[in-house]
Amino acid sequence: MRRMTWFNVTSLTLGFAFLYLPMLILIIFSFNESKLVTVWAGFSTKWYGEVLRNTAFLDAAWVTIKVAFLSSCLATILGTMAAIVMVRAGRFRGRTVLSGMIYAPMVMPEVITGLSLLLLFISLGMDRGVFTIVLAHTTFAMCYVSVVVSSRLVSFDQSLEEAALDLGCSPVQAFRLVTLPIIAPAVISGWLLAFTLSLDDLVIASFTSGPSATTLPMKIWSSVRLGVSPEINALSTIMILVVAIGVITASLINKRNVVRQRREEAAAEKLA
Amino acid sequence: MRRLLIAVPFLWLLALFIVPFAIVFKISLSDLAVAIPPYTPTLDFAEGWAGLKAFYAELDFENYIWLTEDDLYWKAYLSSFKIAVISTLLTLLVGYPIAYGIARAPQEWRAMLFMLVILPFWTSFLIRVYAWMGILSQEGYLNQVLLWIGVINEPLIILNTNIAVYIGIVYTYLPFMILPIYAALEKLDISLLEAAEDLGCSRFSAFWLVTIPLSKQGIIAGSFLVFIPTIGEFVIPSLLGGSRTLMIGKVLWEEFFSNRDWPVASAVAVVLLLILIIPIVLFQRNEQKQREADK
Repeated sequence: MRRMTWFNVTSLTLGFAFLYLPMLILIIFSFNESKLVTVWAGFSTKWYGEVLRNTAFLDAAWVTIKVAFLSSCLATILGTMAAIVMVRAGRFRGRTVLSGMIYAPMVMPEVITGLSLLLLFISLGMDRGVFTIVLAHTTFAMCYVSVVVSSRLVSFDQSLEEAALDLGCSPVQAFRLVTLPIIAPAVISGWLLAFTLSLDDLVIASFTSGPSATTLPMKIWSSVRLGVSPEINALSTIMILVVAIGVITASLINKRNVVRQRREEAAAEKLA
Repeated sequence: MRRLLIAVPFLWLLALFIVPFAIVFKISLSDLAVAIPPYTPTLDFAEGWAGLKAFYAELDFENYIWLTEDDLYWKAYLSSFKIAVISTLLTLLVGYPIAYGIARAPQEWRAMLFMLVILPFWTSFLIRVYAWMGILSQEGYLNQVLLWIGVINEPLIILNTNIAVYIGIVYTYLPFMILPIYAALEKLDISLLEAAEDLGCSRFSAFWLVTIPLSKQGIIAGSFLVFIPTIGEFVIPSLLGGSRTLMIGKVLWEEFFSNRDWPVASAVAVVLLLILIIPIVLFQRNEQKQREADK
């Protein structure tokens, strides 16, 4: 192994500074007393108070969480089903079409996905609101879930499932008792990914929502278009912290599981 | 059981992914009308077969002809393409050294550094773009710092120009470039580099002749992952770009929400999709090649 060269150290330092400084500046200036965002006028948490008293933000946040929760649960179920079909179902008619339909939404520009779903909802005469945003988010998020779950399904030993079937499990039991516990970490990360994708989405939600439902990104968008504001800085800081805590907790849990799994495998090998 | 398992995701995607495109295509052949919905003809099932015939008779490619006649559209496609190419190259230039640095970092740091690259990806895209508005504006933090150091005497105008759009794209899409390149570099066998140096290569030419070619797959994958979504990008040019920044995602949005011209917006979407099919297919092929190489 080579030592870290000065070149590597510099490129990492500069790279991470580039990735993190903008957000750090945003967080620091959310504690700025002044209404003028670019001039520091002393420490204050008053903008956080403003955000938490702003009912429009709170309503939008509630809508966003509702949409994200419903769509990520649906997407996890559908995405896991799609993954199982793609990895385990063998050959069937329409397999290529299904695989295309799973990959395409991930690379589709959001404006196209949003526009096409809106036109679908209109031609069906559906009232647009929380329900239509949930349908839209489920559709693109299930593709991400299916990719995450497939990669886990591919890597685990299928003979475990076959053993369960040989020992008298029904296919449903084999799935519940063997497959599901093994792919559970991937299913959970898929759910988390779906949840954050939904929290984050502005474009598709703008197209598919109606006057009755405004999500937080839509609310932020309409305010940000007018320029930088200390309230949005405070709101952004809250959102960054929530996500950071969530992701770090998830990765710690995942790491603990991996360590435990390794220990169990080592113990099993010793017994054998 | 097996049938049900296949049918549910299949029908879901068919209904909410394929059918909507058919509708977009159909509306792109319709005419603008002052009505709800604002296009004509609309399919009238009550009139049965005759209604269907009349409906098809009225569809035409007028909107597509319009796209070629008005300068705005092809300029927007061209300019989106140009912005996407330039920002992909810039992201590669910024991302490669970072990916390289992580791959060469001590083993125990790598997971941590990797995590630090992914973390921004989880935080809101909108917020990450917004963060740059305060930095790049005329009285923003960057100008304040540069004026204070004395590098410049007058504030630079960066926000609302294409430069701000490039910065925004590089910033938000950087993880997409770093991850595949890192994956390729991590697999690279260090002894190959040592062999090259033993055989008389300089460090630099060993990098150029061994490392770069062996990370080619990662470079290609990363470039597509940045290039494809950038072409249809809407948020970044709207927030950081100026009135002269022309990108097709923004044109589509305005055509739909401001002009309320649904048929033209649909035609814009169909053409954008046709343009994107080529890079998407190339990307898939690269991924497949890589999967086969891994086996």
